[in-house]
Amino acid sequence: MGRQMQETAAAASWQVREGVAFLAGRLDAAGAAALWPVLRLPPPPAAGAALQVDASGVTYCDGAGLALLLQLQRLAAAAGCGLRITGLAEGAARLLAPFDPAGYAEVGEPPPRPVKLPAQVGEAAHAIGRDLVALLAYVGELTAMLARALRNPRRIRWRDVTLVAETAGTDALPIVLLVGFLLGLILAFQAAIPMRMFGADLFVASLVGISIVRELGPLMTAIVLTGRSGSAFAAEIGTMTVNEEVDALATMGLEPVWFLAVPRVLAGTVVTPLLTIFANLAGLAGGLVVMLVLGFPFVTYVNQIKEFVGWGDLAGGLAKAVAFGFLVSAIGCLRGLQTGRGPSAVGAATTRAVVSGIVLITVADGLFAVLFHCLGW
Amino acid sequence: MKVGKAVLVPDNGRQLEALIEVEDLAAGYGDQVILEHVSFRVRRGEVLAILGGSGCGKSTLLKHLIGLLPPLAGRIRLAGDDFTAATGEARLRLLRQFGVLFQAGALFGSMSLLENVRLPLEEFTGLPREAADLVALMKLELVGLKPFAHHLPAEVSGGMQKRAALARAMALDPAILFLDEPSAGLDPVTSAALDALVRRLAEVLGITFVVVTHELPSIFAVADRVLFLDRTAKGVIAEGDPRTLRDACPDPRVRRFFRREADNGDPTTPTAAGTPRERP
Repeated sequence: MGRQMQETAAAASWQVREGVAFLAGRLDAAGAAALWPVLRLPPPPAAGAALQVDASGVTYCDGAGLALLLQLQRLAAAAGCGLRITGLAEGAARLLAPFDPAGYAEVGEPPPRPVKLPAQVGEAAHAIGRDLVALLAYVGELTAMLARALRNPRRIRWRDVTLVAETAGTDALPIVLLVGFLLGLILAFQAAIPMRMFGADLFVASLVGISIVRELGPLMTAIVLTGRSGSAFAAEIGTMTVNEEVDALATMGLEPVWFLAVPRVLAGTVVTPLLTIFANLAGLAGGLVVMLVLGFPFVTYVNQIKEFVGWGDLAGGLAKAVAFGFLVSAIGCLRGLQTGRGPSAVGAATTRAVVSGIVLITVADGLFAVLFHCLGW
Repeated sequence: MKVGKAVLVPDNGRQLEALIEVEDLAAGYGDQVILEHVSFRVRRGEVLAILGGSGCGKSTLLKHLIGLLPPLAGRIRLAGDDFTAATGEARLRLLRQFGVLFQAGALFGSMSLLENVRLPLEEFTGLPREAADLVALMKLELVGLKPFAHHLPAEVSGGMQKRAALARAMALDPAILFLDEPSAGLDPVTSAALDALVRRLAEVLGITFVVVTHELPSIFAVADRVLFLDRTAKGVIAEGDPRTLRDACPDPRVRRFFRREADNGDPTTPTAAGTPRERP
């Protein structure tokens, strides 16, 4: 007498009697899920003989049921014996026939590629090099386009420039004012506590004035612009790239950099110093609040600012703002134009625009610090 | 009566069931009524094509059928269950009974084709991982994409994306498949292969298809019956076998559509009402 096995699901069953397996019931997802873990083939009746599975009791069979039947064939192939399925309804048999178990030896995800550190470092270095070359080429093209724009200002798409200036400038004003005001307030408050211990709390005004006008005003405005407008430029142009609108421009003979980047870069370069002026004023207002709380009159605060903050400081800060605005807008457009394929590429382009923008602002700020030091400014 | 899954071991007694019943449907967006007084039935295993010029409401009707938009009036029943009124678990159960092939495929870009097809199996069945992988691979083989199982959607062509989306729509063996412009953007060979697949699935698995399409060769290849919508009539102006409608429909708008005749200025022609995409 052969080995007896019986596994039963709620509505599907798998039995082995006298060396013959019997499959019956509903072979749907629930049935297949119940039988899958307990599916064991009996030993073949004789060397070289095929195992027999009687499927005449199958009342229903969907895709999961077909997968179960294919799994039986895979198990038999792995055991090195043949398998004969009998009694299967004609419809199911017709659907099962095209699936060759030999083609399903490996199922699931392919094994992950082994991590090779030197190769990864090399690939990363190569990617950085490629990015730098692309950046240089883009800077060259953009510079040529801006020079052309200066020579022929009537060719500039001023409507686009004003639209971008409105969204990147006017619409950004509330957040720039809020951040500027809080920055001045926090800076003054944090400085006032230790400086009061030395009786130097009057100089909080000059500290706030110089810090905001020379450094923090342009820097903070540029960072807000990076998060708000640089990312928007990248997402907008990136979506156009994915939708082949950039290709359409190119095939119409319109240069994408001229058409898409120049208006945004011009608008970004113009609005950033203007926003910086508002950020400076808001920051100084924040410092004023703390000074008033400390008991200093308004006139004293203004006099301190006038004494310590010169026009040169303001001009230096605004020069930085112009440079920051140019960098943030230009890199946002570049990342948009470099967008790859697929919807996730737009997200990646946006992220790269923000990261690159912040890196460029920081590097440029460092260069400005050295330059101003050398100029004795 | 409940919506069953695709029956691979057919029960002939169920073949004549009306699986989809649309009763006096008014469809549109807000105050804008696109279609009104639309009623029709779709039998189990039948392939119904919804036709009409651009702007006639084909996609709007499809969005109502798959529950993306609530009807302005009327009722949609799936095998007797009121889909329009269903909420909560009952609605979820009905949603799992049909699959949708969207016009652009709508595959998840961050997942491989295999993962896209496996996703509904992981979420809605208790199949072990190996079984889900096997089912997903078999579905991909059905649409000829098994060698590309581990590719991302962005790494395959538009036609392959569409076939993979069909495999995903079939993952749970739904009783009904809604196809939105399945042939759009496909080459004739791929389009013909897709048509053959639809016929095979309808005949062997008993899957019911509702196909929104403009492609005349595809209509004649797959449709058992067509429903012709018109924008000015805001509803169905013809229904029946596509060849019969082409040759003997009394409505000139329908005959012109099937014969691909250009607009002659008659405002009741499909080209005047919208513009068919086919070149004359």
